[in-house]
Amino acid sequence: MTDIALNPAAPASARPARRDIGLKRRYAAERRFKLYGITAIAIGLFFLVALMYSVFSNGYTAFWQTEVNLAINLDPKIIDPDNKRATDPNVLLTANYPILARNALAEKLGVPATNKPAMRELGKLFSEGVRGQLRDLVVANPSLIGTTQSVWVLTGADIDSAFKGQIDLTVDQTRRKVSDQQVEWMNKLKGERAMSQRFNTGLFTYGASSRPETSGLGVALIGSLYMMLIVLCLSLPIGVAASIYLEEYAKKNRLTDIIEVNINNLAAVPSIVFGLLGLAVFINFFHMPRSASLVGGMVLTLMTLPTIIIATRAALRAVPPSIRAAALGVGASKTQMVFHHVLPLAAPGILTGTIIGLAHALGETAPLLLIGMVAFVANSPVTPLDPSTALPVQIYMWANEAERAFVERTSGAIIVLLIFLAVMNITAIILRRRFERRW
Amino acid sequence: MSTLMVLVIVIAIAAAGYFIGRQRAVSKEGGNVKPHSLPHYHGWWVFLASALPAILFIAVWAAGTGVYLERSAIAELPPRTADTVIASQSLELGMVSGIARGLDRLSDAERANLPQTFAELQPLLANKGVALATEGQDYMIPIATEWNRNTAWASRIGGIVAIVLALAGAVFGLSGVHVRARARNNVERVILGALIAASAIAILTTIGIILSMLFQTITFFQSVSPSTFFFGTVWDPRFAAAGSGGSQGQFGLIPLLAGTLYIAFVAMLFAVPVGLFAAIYMAEYASRSVRSVVKPLLEVLAGIPTIVYGFFALVTVGPFLRDLSAALSGGYAFIQAQSVLTAGIVMGVMLIPFVSSLSDDIITAVPGSLRDGSLGLGSTKSETIRRVVLPAALPGIVGALLLTASRAIGETMIVVLAAGVAANLNINPFEAMTTITVKIVNQLTGDLEFNSPQTLVAFALGLTLFFITLAMNIFALYIVRKYREQYE
Repeated sequence: MTDIALNPAAPASARPARRDIGLKRRYAAERRFKLYGITAIAIGLFFLVALMYSVFSNGYTAFWQTEVNLAINLDPKIIDPDNKRATDPNVLLTANYPILARNALAEKLGVPATNKPAMRELGKLFSEGVRGQLRDLVVANPSLIGTTQSVWVLTGADIDSAFKGQIDLTVDQTRRKVSDQQVEWMNKLKGERAMSQRFNTGLFTYGASSRPETSGLGVALIGSLYMMLIVLCLSLPIGVAASIYLEEYAKKNRLTDIIEVNINNLAAVPSIVFGLLGLAVFINFFHMPRSASLVGGMVLTLMTLPTIIIATRAALRAVPPSIRAAALGVGASKTQMVFHHVLPLAAPGILTGTIIGLAHALGETAPLLLIGMVAFVANSPVTPLDPSTALPVQIYMWANEAERAFVERTSGAIIVLLIFLAVMNITAIILRRRFERRW
Repeated sequence: MSTLMVLVIVIAIAAAGYFIGRQRAVSKEGGNVKPHSLPHYHGWWVFLASALPAILFIAVWAAGTGVYLERSAIAELPPRTADTVIASQSLELGMVSGIARGLDRLSDAERANLPQTFAELQPLLANKGVALATEGQDYMIPIATEWNRNTAWASRIGGIVAIVLALAGAVFGLSGVHVRARARNNVERVILGALIAASAIAILTTIGIILSMLFQTITFFQSVSPSTFFFGTVWDPRFAAAGSGGSQGQFGLIPLLAGTLYIAFVAMLFAVPVGLFAAIYMAEYASRSVRSVVKPLLEVLAGIPTIVYGFFALVTVGPFLRDLSAALSGGYAFIQAQSVLTAGIVMGVMLIPFVSSLSDDIITAVPGSLRDGSLGLGSTKSETIRRVVLPAALPGIVGALLLTASRAIGETMIVVLAAGVAANLNINPFEAMTTITVKIVNQLTGDLEFNSPQTLVAFALGLTLFFITLAMNIFALYIVRKYREQYE
């Protein structure tokens, strides 16, 4: 009997204990690491959402403006007290139109004309812009004088804010810009459906103004449009020509190397430096007009050029060499090969790059500030040489205004800008999806 | 004769040349000799031979006569004495050219009995939409009339010469049309020349940037010494309105540079971890479908104009941080609405997509074999990333971060709206500081006399900014390029 009475403890078949390699800890680290990544993406997306929410929640109301419907009696005694309008055209231009609107409003609300303080309160209910509105109406058709016209008149910016519920009406009336009396009138008019929010066409047509309700993006839109046309007409041909030379003709040497490094650098130069260049060269040296969209367009062209060149060169490089060899093989000259075969095939890529470059130029503000596009321009520019502003510059100018109503307008303008940019970028993506060829 | 009309005539001559040239080439075909070029090349060659010299001449002539007439107008101005009312000769010249421009708009009848005093002329021209400064002098009127007469003469002569040149060019081109003429090669040579000229614009832009800023900077350094600019710690430029002479201010770069670097540092502190981790997750963990949604969304952040970020900082982030700090400390808001922190965070948000997409490219460029080797040895995915992928990608990532930092330093609109304008020198991120770009904008918006140090300093600041970012970019591009070659 040997001691086969086994020693159960003897680990003949038992496996050796696993070496501790800290798997648990390492897997925890793995999970943590992954979580960091998700958090980072979440932070990025959170800010995207916060930014969009901030802009849209502040700005969507800007597309509606409160207006009040008035039956205005175009009283000749007020418009033209001395009855000289047949001889002196200035009478119709300088007449006291706001009084007409005030009287119409007083009649509607049953305020006696003798109640001076109430009349003054009443006068603040609608915008000073009524002067221009009625003047244009009368000047365009003087036979209206003496008749009663039903007109939608803009309310003042404060009333507009109150109507939209942006002013806290629970605080004491001395601490807000709208008096209790005005609120009462407002609610009365609202009940009669004589005051309501209507689509704000003025936002797209008015120029600069110190009153929020009559200021709009009209000048800025025209200025931006001119600049985009100039950028397109200059930077596309120049950019494409430069890329063709660098990609198809230039020999690899010192000079082309310098050009290449140079273009990459220009793409990273701060945009404000281009503004300094425009100020020193175009305005001070060539005496071009300040604030003109022509100069703005040229500055933005120089800024966009590197982007377009880089995109175009990538598009040209993507065309396979076999195409070039085939064209040369059937007897085309080098220029014919490039312009008849390579360029058409690269066109979608070039177009995509150009649109993205244009979108970038559309949103650029800093260089335009330096060439004087921060001007108070009330009249629409006719030619690119007239003073104008641009969409982002208008946003900057409104952002510096203190009034609540301007915050709303600023956000509204940003929404307009973002919509333009979105349309351009989506067009670029569609173009790429639709025409991009994989060789 | 206006320049535009001359231009139209020249183009018309050239276009006629195109059709005649092509026609001639067609009519000469058909013999035994094979034509060298297609007919339309002959047409184009005639067009170019006719239009190019004429248009070049118009440009040179316009620039040359402009300078010459300005010189002769200056020569006619009375010598400057101590009691000259107008502050500088360039201002004087500007008034004369203003008057000349106004006189151009008058009708013939009005010009016949032109008032001889400035006081009478001013309202007349104002009616025509030419507003003039009030200090105009009577002696300017004859100079301006003379100027206009000379301009008319010069443009008449120039126009005639240009048209003659165009005709001569067309005749020259047409005379060269024959079957074996190498019209295509000629046209292609012109095209090549145009292509080279286009790529020279890139170089010219850089030269233009450097030269224009350098000249203004040198002028600036004549009134303020470089050492007080580069090492001065006080920024107080004391604005002077146009023409008032103006007192000297202090132009110390240090507070601006400190603010610029501090805000960029805060922005990078926010953007680098977020962007880098986002890039790592998207390159290594995310499934294809997640990636295809998240990547474009993050890139939307890069497409938003900086003015929008500035507004976001101004109306949302700044007030939020201020209220938050007030709530934390129980009343006293220790974070100002315009502060280094506000500007830094919002700029950081703007930079996230730059960091993430640049690093994403670099991380995906690390060869898969390195990953497979590490995973095969039993390391977890995160260990592979930390110990293998990131070290391999490090030089590229450093380059990407440098590029991002240079963008942060050159950013303007966010800091203009969110960082404040006070040139403080402090280390508290909750207070306002200002940057180089903000001061460039401040110094150059508004009506200022152009040659005062107050405006010229903007160019010195711009040049400093340009060289800082240039150095960073060159270094970064060098690293990125070198790194890319390593794995290709």
